[in-house]
Amino acid sequence: MKTANKKVTAERLVRDALEKAKHFADYNIFTFLNEDGAIRRAREIDKRIARGEKIGRLAGVPYALKDNFLSPDGETTASAHILEGFKSPITATAVAKLEAEGAIMIGRTNLDAFAHGSSTENSYFGPTLNSVDKTRVAGGSSGGSAVAVALDIVEFATGTDTGGSIRQPASFNGVYGLKPTYGCISRYGVVAMASSTDCIGFFTKTPDDMDLLMSIASGQDAKDMTTLPDYYNDNTEFAHKKVRIGIIKDFDNDSVDKEIRAALKTKCELLKSKGHEIVELEMPALKYALAAYYIIVPAEVASNLSRYDGIRYGFRSDESDVLDDLYFNTRSEGFMPENKRRIMIGNFVLSSGFYDAYFLKAAKARTLIIKEYEKAFKKCDFILTPVSPNLAFRLGEKVNDPVSMYLEDVMSVPLNLAGVPGLTIPAGKAKSGLTVGIQMIGPRRSDKALIEFSKELSEDD
Amino acid sequence: MKYLPTIGIECHVQLRTKTKLFSEVDNDARGKEPNSCVSPVDYALPGMLPRLNGEAVRLAILAGKAMNCGINASSRFDRKHYFYPDSPKGYQITQFYEPIIGEGYVELPSGTKVRIEHAHLEGDAGKLTHFDSYSLVDLNRVDTPLIEIVSMPDIHSAKDAHDYCKELWRLMCFAGVTYGDLYNGNMRFDVNISLAPEDSKKLGTRAEVKNLNSFRSVERAVEYEISRQTKLLNAGEKIIQETRGWNDATGKTTGQRSKEEAKDYRYMPEPDLPPIRLSSEFIENEAKKLPLMPSDYRKLFKGLVSDDILEILLDYPTLMMRLNEIDKKYLKSISNLFASVLLAEEKTAEYLNDLPTAEELNDLASMNEKKELSSTATKEVFLKLFDPQMKNRGTKNIAKELGLIQENDLDALRKIVDIVLEKPETKKAQEDYRAGSEKVLGFLVGQVMKESHGKANPSAVQEILKKKLS
Repeated sequence: MKTANKKVTAERLVRDALEKAKHFADYNIFTFLNEDGAIRRAREIDKRIARGEKIGRLAGVPYALKDNFLSPDGETTASAHILEGFKSPITATAVAKLEAEGAIMIGRTNLDAFAHGSSTENSYFGPTLNSVDKTRVAGGSSGGSAVAVALDIVEFATGTDTGGSIRQPASFNGVYGLKPTYGCISRYGVVAMASSTDCIGFFTKTPDDMDLLMSIASGQDAKDMTTLPDYYNDNTEFAHKKVRIGIIKDFDNDSVDKEIRAALKTKCELLKSKGHEIVELEMPALKYALAAYYIIVPAEVASNLSRYDGIRYGFRSDESDVLDDLYFNTRSEGFMPENKRRIMIGNFVLSSGFYDAYFLKAAKARTLIIKEYEKAFKKCDFILTPVSPNLAFRLGEKVNDPVSMYLEDVMSVPLNLAGVPGLTIPAGKAKSGLTVGIQMIGPRRSDKALIEFSKELSEDD
Repeated sequence: MKYLPTIGIECHVQLRTKTKLFSEVDNDARGKEPNSCVSPVDYALPGMLPRLNGEAVRLAILAGKAMNCGINASSRFDRKHYFYPDSPKGYQITQFYEPIIGEGYVELPSGTKVRIEHAHLEGDAGKLTHFDSYSLVDLNRVDTPLIEIVSMPDIHSAKDAHDYCKELWRLMCFAGVTYGDLYNGNMRFDVNISLAPEDSKKLGTRAEVKNLNSFRSVERAVEYEISRQTKLLNAGEKIIQETRGWNDATGKTTGQRSKEEAKDYRYMPEPDLPPIRLSSEFIENEAKKLPLMPSDYRKLFKGLVSDDILEILLDYPTLMMRLNEIDKKYLKSISNLFASVLLAEEKTAEYLNDLPTAEELNDLASMNEKKELSSTATKEVFLKLFDPQMKNRGTKNIAKELGLIQENDLDALRKIVDIVLEKPETKKAQEDYRAGSEKVLGFLVGQVMKESHGKANPSAVQEILKKKLS
């Protein structure tokens, strides 16, 4: 990571990043550019450098912040109309940790409103365009962050991953994207999508950058009772020993793009040539993952979105005389169609009489999936799979077909249900020039080893 | 037809924690500006997460133990969803599926046992004040820790309903889990009442009267419902299952909403809070902190304090704790003073939190027993022991300062009697006494008292007079 020094000032780094951000304005990456704030902070850091004071590990490094992280810089909108005008008095724990090390947020990035989507087309501010092909989607929901890193505007960007929202856009844009173990990074101050699967993570160009960010942002937080006791930085022993890599037989079928399957095979051959072992896994319980996910997640989504009622902050519909109308109009106008779809599904599966049939059954399936991973990791150290079945698809291709859009998540959601970490690793390009990524999965708390081992797959090797 | 009423009661108890159930702001909003005790968590800003207050868990254990309940080693929270401005999150965090407190019972003074089905932890809602064309929202009360205590339908009369609520209130106050201020809503009662023919095994359709905040209103609401439902049943009409509101001024309940319109709360496990896991050692250690309960005092003071007085004093945990330190032989006199003198005072409430020491009270009782203080003087000194201007000086010093110590020295008293008997104005009385008129003795005692400036022990004086005049 290029940090500021006396020769290359933080202000220089920030101005360059802002300039690039403006240069790529047509990609619709940012919902807010933090020009004044970023330059002000850069000058403070430069002063400290000039005085010879201690500076952090990310001193003067510009970064992009997914617009669902709370901080007082700009409005935190989650790309949703209903949060328009919301200025947060709170700084998310992850943001505070990055900024304590001197990182400078140059802008907030676009997402599917409330992170509901796999293409960033569900944003109130319109879609973000793919970094390789502007007629295609950036992936989502963290599309803006992925493209900001892919186009070298910033060296890293934050993301959130509830069902693939970091890994899939990383794959669509040819960058590293990590969804850590559930509970590794505090969710405090991040607009909640589904509490039991939401993970905070990053986009970077290299595994080493990812490791640095993880060592900074991870750790137990009293403000988030679901965070795990610190472990990331303890786990330093991983060397390039010979490991066993599992591949999932069921994922190697015709519904997966040929070029993705080929890329996966090439990588497996590369690993074999380096002396690692490849084992085939049967993980039949994973077939329940997508169905379980689209019950549990909408239920939590519906619940977590209840607080957006137009009473205390954000958007409020003006056309209401009585309380019920105020709720109805504010939520009808303020949410995107995909938000409403998930609220309806969620409320349906939680409604009295249906809870046992849907939510409880999905919770049981989730337990099976957790056990399936535990079993698999007795047979191997890591699992290698595609990130999603397709390469970046065309804008508008799936946005009106929710089921085919949900199928995009079929290989990414099992990790979220199980709480295990997954890393998207760039794996070259398709003939069309579109990027291909593959996903490496480890057991819970193996984040650091996962990042270290991904170097074995590096293109430069 | 004769009907048997069956009553079950749900009681909400506000816990006296320093901070709220899920945030670190002040839980005691009494006398504070509206919306001044509200954290971003209570206010439900995006991205805010609840943090469970361990103190509330400890108090819940005490509350459970006070009701002879089992404490569950594992419990968890659920979300109960509804839209209303008193609920910023759009849901209440409660324990629907796995509550912290299991089955138990409360024994009423009459000996009746009311079983507890369970009790659970939850956050309170905010408060709305309605005006003609607008309503104001105060979120100070949001996520004040509550335990909701759910009884089994073991109550069959208005009096038992009253006694159950009162006993619960006492248990919670004695356990020290609540301030117990009913006027400020620290405890609120929802009462379910149904009627069934006396020989029937099936329960009737119930009506629920919500949000009662005094024992008296519980009793009156139950009486009203019994008579309302009896009339309906006798007229061959059906009882509607509904929620009814209580009007204290009219003494009537009125229908609010029926079950058909009841909301679907869409309960869901709270994903932001891990389950509460309690080791048996932890539960036992916390349970040891439970002070003596009313039933313990009833056993301890049996025969030492009269039953009537004990039941009155059992409303005041601090008085019971103090009584427990008093010499057994003085229990009767001190408990009488508490009941008849202290509780008659206007300033009782202030006094209750700063009682005289057991030593001071023992001294007082002892001086009274030795006749160093007359019964009137005893009451006077007793009150001075509470008086901020006088207290903490020691009973004897106060009595001396007020000149209330009685003259018990017989020689000194004989001298005063002699002086009085020499006086011409007592001659006629002396003659009358000798002639057989007993009632003039009182006049002579009065004269001696006057001569001694009220310090003479009147019964000693009487004895001396009798001897001298015989």
